[in-house]
Amino acid sequence: MAGTTASAAGLQPVAARRTRAEGASRGRRAAIWLALVVGLFALWTLVKALGGVPWRPIGAGPGSEMIWNPPFRWDFANDLNLPHWWNIAATLVAPVQRGADETLLQYLAGAAFYTWREAALGFLVGALLGLVLATIFVHNRLLERALVPYVVASQTIPIVALAPMIVFAFGPSVTSVVIIATYLTFFPVTIAMIRGLRSPDPRALELMRSYAASTREVFWKVRLPASLPYLFTALKIAATASIVGAIIGEGPGGVPDGLGRAIINFNQYYITGPEKLWGAILVSALVGIVFFMIVRLVELAVLRGRPGAAEG
Amino acid sequence: MTDSATGGSTTAATSDAASHVVEIRGVDKTFARDGRVVTTALQGIDLTIGKGEFVSLIGPSGCGKSTLLRLIGDLTEPTSGTVTVNGKPATRARLDRDYGMVFQAPVLFDWRTVEENVKLPLEILGWDAGRRQARAREMLELVELQDFLRHHPYQLSGGMQQRVSIARALAFEPSILLMDEPFGALDEMTRERMNQEVLRIWERTGITVVFVTHSIPEAVFLSSRVVVMSARPGRITDVIDIDLPRPRGFETREQRRYFELVTAVREALRHGEPRDAVGSLDRAAAEGAIG
Repeated sequence: MAGTTASAAGLQPVAARRTRAEGASRGRRAAIWLALVVGLFALWTLVKALGGVPWRPIGAGPGSEMIWNPPFRWDFANDLNLPHWWNIAATLVAPVQRGADETLLQYLAGAAFYTWREAALGFLVGALLGLVLATIFVHNRLLERALVPYVVASQTIPIVALAPMIVFAFGPSVTSVVIIATYLTFFPVTIAMIRGLRSPDPRALELMRSYAASTREVFWKVRLPASLPYLFTALKIAATASIVGAIIGEGPGGVPDGLGRAIINFNQYYITGPEKLWGAILVSALVGIVFFMIVRLVELAVLRGRPGAAEG
Repeated sequence: MTDSATGGSTTAATSDAASHVVEIRGVDKTFARDGRVVTTALQGIDLTIGKGEFVSLIGPSGCGKSTLLRLIGDLTEPTSGTVTVNGKPATRARLDRDYGMVFQAPVLFDWRTVEENVKLPLEILGWDAGRRQARAREMLELVELQDFLRHHPYQLSGGMQQRVSIARALAFEPSILLMDEPFGALDEMTRERMNQEVLRIWERTGITVVFVTHSIPEAVFLSSRVVVMSARPGRITDVIDIDLPRPRGFETREQRRYFELVTAVREALRHGEPRDAVGSLDRAAAEGAIG
């Protein structure tokens, strides 16, 4: 076994180098991300400093002392169109209503979790539906030609038009919201998986033919594993789309506990307190990002050991 | 070492009708589009390959040598004529898993380790896990990759990948190994090493090999017979017995007989060329599908 240890030792540095390079690039990526966030807040502050309305202390009324008077007055930078980010932060940690125990952030976090559960359910059902449809289409050209145009057409209908119809059909309930999230999720998965399941090299399929492998074996051993990178690309799109779908669905769905209702509410009070809607939007974006990252982590685990798994 | 002393010992089997592995009778293959014949890939092919033979198919692009290989392996069907393998129709032979296939690209699966790639056909054949593992290791030892079991294909060089592909093709003990320009993508040095390796495996396993190649030296070095083909339509123009002594090695490529045979194959190839050779090569490139 001398040869084993020799060649294993010979290969070790390659593996070590790869890990070190990956570690370095991960650190660099984190640094870039942080720089972007800081830069964004700096730009925000700069715009407010140049063209906003006079700065006043957090929570103080219009009559209080002026901290800073910007040299210009830009409409888009006034306190209604672009609130100070520290005012948004202050609103997030303040009680959601006068006298309430719960802060806005706590309220939004609860709503976000509720919406995420609806979205995740729609995401799962939609992904499964997309997988089943793609599998059928890949094995049956006739059905593919007949039905794929309808799959595509389904996505050209604006969801705001469709949502009330779904609510009408299934009743104002969580079920309707899940169906709307499913509707937005199944499409990217179907389209990507049609491509992914067809992605194996034709010679790989000939190889399987030479083994006299069944269609089922070809699917499980070649088509499905080959399609996984495509699947995860689609799932990452679907993850964010399902959140949007759930939030939109909650309005006509009459679901009071999610982000959708919170956004509608804060929308109505925008003139008096724009910070609340901004807070709700930030939390909505955060839910989408977190869901995306969950899918990404699953992708990294599933595609471990494949070339290029660390990218994307 | 004299040529006549050992030469021909391995080709003796060809005269024994009972041990025919491949029998091709009057095979034509045409490709049609909209019901109209657009290419005659093969015309009037008769070929018999004996048990344990190493037969190379050589010819210009578009001569249908790959098509002929695919016909033997039942990856495509003849327009007319019959292909019999091990005394049964090619389709039956495929269903009986008589074929090991090696393509120009290794066609390994990146999500499987080297060992798992070799196990793939055994999984389809329904072998139990213990037997699969034992065989995969045995095969990887045969191609001298036993130290790379847990590597993924993309971590190996092109030559190593092709050796994994050969190990996989041999794992379930097919009776015939079909190789379609397996070393066409490798550099000359690696190719010569791989040639040596294939001969070693062939001698150890006694498997029948049909080998498609562009390379005259490769065909002469490896084969017991070289089948020379010409294009438009794809026909067999000559069959040359390679009576070089075995085992063949580095010094084989320096023997006078080797050079004579290389010349003979080259002449046969030139003889089979149509007069408008340049034009036909262009067309061959345009119709790359029949390569």
